[in-house]
Amino acid sequence: MRSRPTSYLDHAATAPLRPEVAAAMAEVHAEPLGNPTGTHPPAQRARRLLEEARDEVAAFLGRDPGEVVFTSGGTEAANLAVLGSVEAAVRAGGEAVVLCSAVEHPAVRESARAAACAGADCRELPVDAAGIVDLNALARALSSRVTLVAVMAANNETGVVQPLPDVVDAVRRRAPQAAVFTDAVQAAPWLDLADRAAGVDLVSLSAHKLGGPVGTGVLAAGPRLALRARQHGGGQERERRSGTQDVAGAVGLATALRLVAAQRVSTAARVAARRDQLCEGLLARIEGAHRTVPPGVAVLPGHLHLCLAGVSREELLVALGREGICASGGSSCASGALERSHVLAAMGVERGLAEGAVRFSLGYDTGEEDVARAVEVVPAVVAALRRT
Amino acid sequence: MRSMRSMRSVHSVRPMRVLVAMSGGVDSSVAAALLVEQGHEVVGTTLKLWGGPSDSGCCSVADVDDARRVAQQLGIEHHVFNLSEEFDRAVVEPYVGEHARGRTPNPCIECNRAIKFDRLLERAGRLGFDRLATGHHARVGRAGSGEWQLRRGADGAKDQSYVLSMLGQAALARVVFPVGDMTKDEVRAVASSLHLRTAAKPDSQDVCFIGRRDGRRAFLADRMALHPAEVVDAAGRPAGRVDAVELVTVGQRRGMGHGSDGARRYVTHVDVAARRVTVGSAADAVRAAVVLPTAGVTWVGRPLAAGDRAVAQVSAHGRPVPCTVLHDGDGVLVRFDDPQRPVAPGQTVALYDAEDPDAVRGAGIAA
Repeated sequence: MRSRPTSYLDHAATAPLRPEVAAAMAEVHAEPLGNPTGTHPPAQRARRLLEEARDEVAAFLGRDPGEVVFTSGGTEAANLAVLGSVEAAVRAGGEAVVLCSAVEHPAVRESARAAACAGADCRELPVDAAGIVDLNALARALSSRVTLVAVMAANNETGVVQPLPDVVDAVRRRAPQAAVFTDAVQAAPWLDLADRAAGVDLVSLSAHKLGGPVGTGVLAAGPRLALRARQHGGGQERERRSGTQDVAGAVGLATALRLVAAQRVSTAARVAARRDQLCEGLLARIEGAHRTVPPGVAVLPGHLHLCLAGVSREELLVALGREGICASGGSSCASGALERSHVLAAMGVERGLAEGAVRFSLGYDTGEEDVARAVEVVPAVVAALRRT
Repeated sequence: MRSMRSMRSVHSVRPMRVLVAMSGGVDSSVAAALLVEQGHEVVGTTLKLWGGPSDSGCCSVADVDDARRVAQQLGIEHHVFNLSEEFDRAVVEPYVGEHARGRTPNPCIECNRAIKFDRLLERAGRLGFDRLATGHHARVGRAGSGEWQLRRGADGAKDQSYVLSMLGQAALARVVFPVGDMTKDEVRAVASSLHLRTAAKPDSQDVCFIGRRDGRRAFLADRMALHPAEVVDAAGRPAGRVDAVELVTVGQRRGMGHGSDGARRYVTHVDVAARRVTVGSAADAVRAAVVLPTAGVTWVGRPLAAGDRAVAQVSAHGRPVPCTVLHDGDGVLVRFDDPQRPVAPGQTVALYDAEDPDAVRGAGIAA
């Protein structure tokens, strides 16, 4: 593979590890590190580092440290939230009813599907053309039978921000017994979750979308919540998630969150400006380029989702990659092949147009030159693909 | 890759950008390796063909993993292209439809025609590749006239020219078959010298989208109605029953039992609409000729003229038989020198040059 200047515009897939995070994680292993459940000094040190990290995660989310469950990532956190709540409801002798938006990440959708296979009544909430969950449909679906309502804080493909406070209000009014789960994996680098997800019972995070390590995530689970463990063993994480904790991963996540929180406002403003520059540049230079999300809809600062008429995203992504532009085109299946996007389908994006879907996602380290290169290269690549 | 220095050079040494279709098998693995060795700029791709709307649940993730790992071992890029909707439309649906009409289609040929050497070839061009390579055992040559030729692979037992017999000049100008000069043993030797993980992988035998366990019958039964039929002899006398007339093929012997004289019986005619299968003796079940309607006829280069001698092959590894090509109204009539077991309707007949029997001249689909 040729080496050439690269514009990494795929932060929503995974963000580059922040140097401060790498340093903090290296430091964890610079001295003897025991198992956090042990008694000797290296174990005590491990436990201290773990609990310090937990405190930081809790502070970031505006929650009690006791709510924070470390997991292997966002997917495990979503599985624990959905299946753990469903199983708790079933064990309590009742039925389980799960409502989830039609644009949830596969970690949530597939967990709901697994819950449905296990007997839960799972229903999907429709979204409008912008991908925003239909609050009227939610209101109609809420009842005293509902166990869990899952609505993501912001969408992974389009970056569209969901009206989480309205969702919480509706649930509290019409189904006070139900828990609200929000997958905040994409929103975490950008939104103040202590505010945005206040009143939400379950919140999931993933470290690597924040410039932390892959393999660490969190589920924050409110105190009034019944949750059954999905992974059994030594009873770590207050018996909600057994297995020796990854101390370095937890420290890495906490470090990334600290950096995100300290720079949130300035980073969001800077990145949004670059994203808008990219958007304007591409729309002006590519005929038949459509913004997937209508202007005026709240979108995360790093996301730009476009549909390019007459282009195959498989070809576009390969050609862009060869020209040093790293972007993404939606979810892949087990083989690595691109799948049709359920998000665009739920939004009613026409099938032919969805074939040319591409997501550029900017992040904390995206520079002006990354955007400038993309504005120059992407239109040329699209023109070449359309010419032949 | 010093071990490959002794290999014959397959194509020109001018470096090209080559997209190689890697199925996850040993032939396409070695095809990619040879192209890398020859100094070309090589990118690998594996097609996700199955998993479309009518997927039966089988899965080729393991094959994709093999292809990707080989690409990594060779140090080349690898991409998975999802052509499952096109495959469903161009290969699977017609396969089912042809069976419903009582015909016997060859889905591998339709996949080569509509997917690999059409959609993928186009895609390779759009992405700026000079050539598309596959692991087929066949050779591309060039006649003195400048015309591209499609020739049998060097390994007679593995020759795949039959399933490529519908290729024309436009495609042949843009494809390479790097292992076409090699025997299968040589291919495996290269793969194992490079420690490619596909070196000892068994050859694929079956139609890729039909599960090995459930087979063709179960696949079709899920997608179309199968009807029982009466079996009659040439005089119309009852001679048994079959439970799925759509799965009976002209020339078939299996399941047809024996006649009153104790001789084996063969299917001589299948009438799906009337739900009737006619059987006869071996002598009844031979044909002197087969008609290939124009719609399904393709020529590699210059067409065979009426009266030209040729050699016909009617299945992937069938015996080549001498014949004369005649024009018959709106098609080509292939008259065999010696009567042959009937060619099932829907089956492809590949025609080779009488003087140069490795050279494919064209193909057609039996009426």
